[in-house]
Amino acid sequence: MASTTTTVLALAAQQRRSNPWVRYLARRALYFLVSLFLLVTLAFLLVQLIPGDPARASAGEMAPPEVVEARRAELGLDQPLIVQYLRFWVGLFTGDLGDSFTSRTPVIDVILTRAPATLELALLSVTIVLVIAIPVGLAFGALTRGQRRPGTEAGFTTVSAILAVIPEFLAGIVLVYLFAVNVQWLPVAGRSDVSSYVLPVVALAIGPTAALTRIVRAETLTVLEQDYVRTARAKRMTPARLYGRHVLPNLLTSTLTISGLLLGGMIAGTVLVENIFAWPGLGSTIVRSIQGKDYPLVQAIIIFYGAAVLLINLVVDILLILLDPRTALDKS
Amino acid sequence: MTRTTHRLLTVFSSPIGILAVVACLALLFLAVFAPIIWGAAAAATDTDQLSRGPSAEHVFGTDGSGRDILLRTLVATRLSVVMALTATVAGVVGGVLVGLLPLIVGGRIGRWIVAAINIGVAFPSLLLAIAFSVILGQSGTAATLAIAIAMVPSYGRLTHNLAASVWGRDFVSAARVLGVPEWRSVFRHVLPNVRDPLLVNAAITAGNALLAFAGLSFLGLGIQVPEYDWGRMLNEGMTRIFVTPAAALVPGAAIILAGLTFVLLGEVLGQALTPASRGRITRRLRRLRPTSAAPADARPVDDDAVLSVRDLRVSAPGADEQWLPLVKGVSFDVGRGEIVGVVGESGSGKSVTLMAVAGLLDAPLHVEADAAHFDGAPLTLGTGARASSLDHRLGQRLAMIFQDPMSSLNPALTVGSQVAEPGLLHLGMSRAQARTAAIERLEAVRIPDAERRYSQYPHEYSGGMRQRAMIAAGLMGSPALILADEPTTALDVTVQAEILAQLRRVNEEHGTAIVLVSHDIAVITSLCTRVLVMYRGRLVEDVSTADLREGRATHPYTRALLATVPTMTTPRDQPMASIPDDADFSEGSPTAGVEVLRAADDPGLVEAFGDPDRVAEEIS
Repeated sequence: MASTTTTVLALAAQQRRSNPWVRYLARRALYFLVSLFLLVTLAFLLVQLIPGDPARASAGEMAPPEVVEARRAELGLDQPLIVQYLRFWVGLFTGDLGDSFTSRTPVIDVILTRAPATLELALLSVTIVLVIAIPVGLAFGALTRGQRRPGTEAGFTTVSAILAVIPEFLAGIVLVYLFAVNVQWLPVAGRSDVSSYVLPVVALAIGPTAALTRIVRAETLTVLEQDYVRTARAKRMTPARLYGRHVLPNLLTSTLTISGLLLGGMIAGTVLVENIFAWPGLGSTIVRSIQGKDYPLVQAIIIFYGAAVLLINLVVDILLILLDPRTALDKS
Repeated sequence: MTRTTHRLLTVFSSPIGILAVVACLALLFLAVFAPIIWGAAAAATDTDQLSRGPSAEHVFGTDGSGRDILLRTLVATRLSVVMALTATVAGVVGGVLVGLLPLIVGGRIGRWIVAAINIGVAFPSLLLAIAFSVILGQSGTAATLAIAIAMVPSYGRLTHNLAASVWGRDFVSAARVLGVPEWRSVFRHVLPNVRDPLLVNAAITAGNALLAFAGLSFLGLGIQVPEYDWGRMLNEGMTRIFVTPAAALVPGAAIILAGLTFVLLGEVLGQALTPASRGRITRRLRRLRPTSAAPADARPVDDDAVLSVRDLRVSAPGADEQWLPLVKGVSFDVGRGEIVGVVGESGSGKSVTLMAVAGLLDAPLHVEADAAHFDGAPLTLGTGARASSLDHRLGQRLAMIFQDPMSSLNPALTVGSQVAEPGLLHLGMSRAQARTAAIERLEAVRIPDAERRYSQYPHEYSGGMRQRAMIAAGLMGSPALILADEPTTALDVTVQAEILAQLRRVNEEHGTAIVLVSHDIAVITSLCTRVLVMYRGRLVEDVSTADLREGRATHPYTRALLATVPTMTTPRDQPMASIPDDADFSEGSPTAGVEVLRAADDPGLVEAFGDPDRVAEEIS
């Protein structure tokens, strides 16, 4: 029995060594878990590092000392740090993240009711960014290859540079001014029907779209210099086939790597956009809870955002290895 | 004046450079003087004019407290820019130190630092800044610190990546071998070499810091009342956007203009500090047509030949706004079923000639010919004709093989689908037919287990197999001609022989003509019946291989080239011959027609291995 186990373990170890996929995925999973661990630990320490007394913040500035002490005991803040830390982890797994200081409702309920609005906003914007940036970048790469059409190139570079610089909150304000103040075509706040999604999604997507389009164009120009594109051209095919089948797949690796970072930034961007459009997501909640010193809620939202970013990176890396196993495996 | 200063001056005197300088100076001026000049006026509240629109008195109107929006925006420049720059300096210094630390510390701790940087980079900086502002509280100083800390991971990673590549170079290794301490190598040798990209990025980082700062203040987590920066003004203006849009739009415009200034600065620094591109020269050149001085070849096109070219000229845009001729009027014929070699030193125009014939040269190169026929029909295009009109014929009848099989196959597609592609494109095959045909062709070029190999990717093939797959793709149609551009150069010797045998077999079995470009005269003489010798863009000799072997070459360059090829009878006690780099065989040059061969530079090699008797003695 023992020897069988040893054999199985040895075989598994051997397989791990021999199969680069398993090795890569194991490394990637470890990296994800370590990052998650650090994220949770830092979110926990965040509250410890805050100058001032969370118990007093919770009980209220005017509360008498005995109320504050009672509150401290209730929150478990009188326990040793390590006990608090372990309880924090247990709470994460059981969904018991404590109560919000301000609303006195369980933090987990706040997260669960508000997260969908944020995720909707982020996912819609991400989809729009990818759907627009990849074909447009490819088209401009094709049009301006080999320093052709200098006018088009200059126009593209200038417009995309300006759009990429405009941060989401400014885009949001300008959109509000144009479409809600001036012509009143679209609702300016809240989440109701489809039209209410237009402005927030556009505000969030416009900068990343411009940035990614620039990157895709630059990558297209690089791919077009490669020998295998010459081979493909020697076979005499339509431009649609050349770009769609021979160029596009080679763009995706680098484009996806960069989109990972870009999409992480968009998750953070939702905070700003939600505050402009009174979007009932977590972004408007986090600012209010930071200003209101509602620490349990702040901790939970930071963990939520951080985990979302880590998850995006994990998904991107898995997509990369599926699309282009060789490059991804070489890198590890 | 160093080259860098020279380039800086050139770039900064270009229109975009001047714009960047003017924008930076304007920003600097406002940051320093605006609060002094307009500070009091901006703070003055005009209770008679609350939330007014633009007027003569207030250009962009007033805010909710009756203060002038434009003046407040101008005064806010100082706080916005100073905070952003402070955060950038702190973040960049922190990032550089953290990025260099793994090199100085080394070992396991170094790797841990790198891992920590990588984890930090995953989190967007705005999120990090928000998290840190929880600890640090909500104030301008806290926001500055939070943004600086949030900048450290990404800048640290940039520094580390740049520094790690320099770290591996010889001069740094040499310093370390000599016992120079790590920290000293890093600061003396590594940092100066990564300075330029770090500077360029610092400008872009400053722009990002400005936007991040505005974002935090806008959220109410940065500057607090009564102080104000652009973000704070936006925050207040946003609530009143329906009443006085200018209160939000004017500071918003200021943020974008300032952000663009930093982006522009980064762009200009990038142009100045990285090697210049020749873009503008090319653009100006394109309007001029190159003129050819070559005398036209009077021979008519040979209709029986598979390929017949008259006076082919290729030019490239050169340095001084001149067209640089690469191929200076080349004429030749390739008969059906013939194998013709093209030799010449690198840069003699042999590959360019081949690519021009195949119609694969792209702008900015310029191709012209008096006449060119392929397979009985003209290759030349009249003005306005579409290049794609030739595609079908060329796709079926012309095959190409390139030098480097490692890069000539698309890494993202299976080898089989790439071999099958011509069948789908030009032969009207269905997907299944193309697959069957491709597997047949792969078998014909002796790819073992072709059925399984069909669905493998190029990286699963060896170099020789990839080159054979390229030949298989060429054989999908019924090519009248294969253009092979140094097909064996990148392969090792045994594989070379295999590929050449494969080409010969194709020639014998299908009667396909082959043009084989090589700089290896031994390869050429073993396979070809006729040799074209190119020298500096001209065809200097068209000679049969037999004549070449018998020493009946007429051009001095050809003779010199032949003399460098060692044979079994080459005396082994003498240094090997080579053509000196400075020899010029052009007509009218002093060395033309003179024997200019020189002994190989390393006599030691000949001493050690040249005399077989002595080597035998030494071994025994």
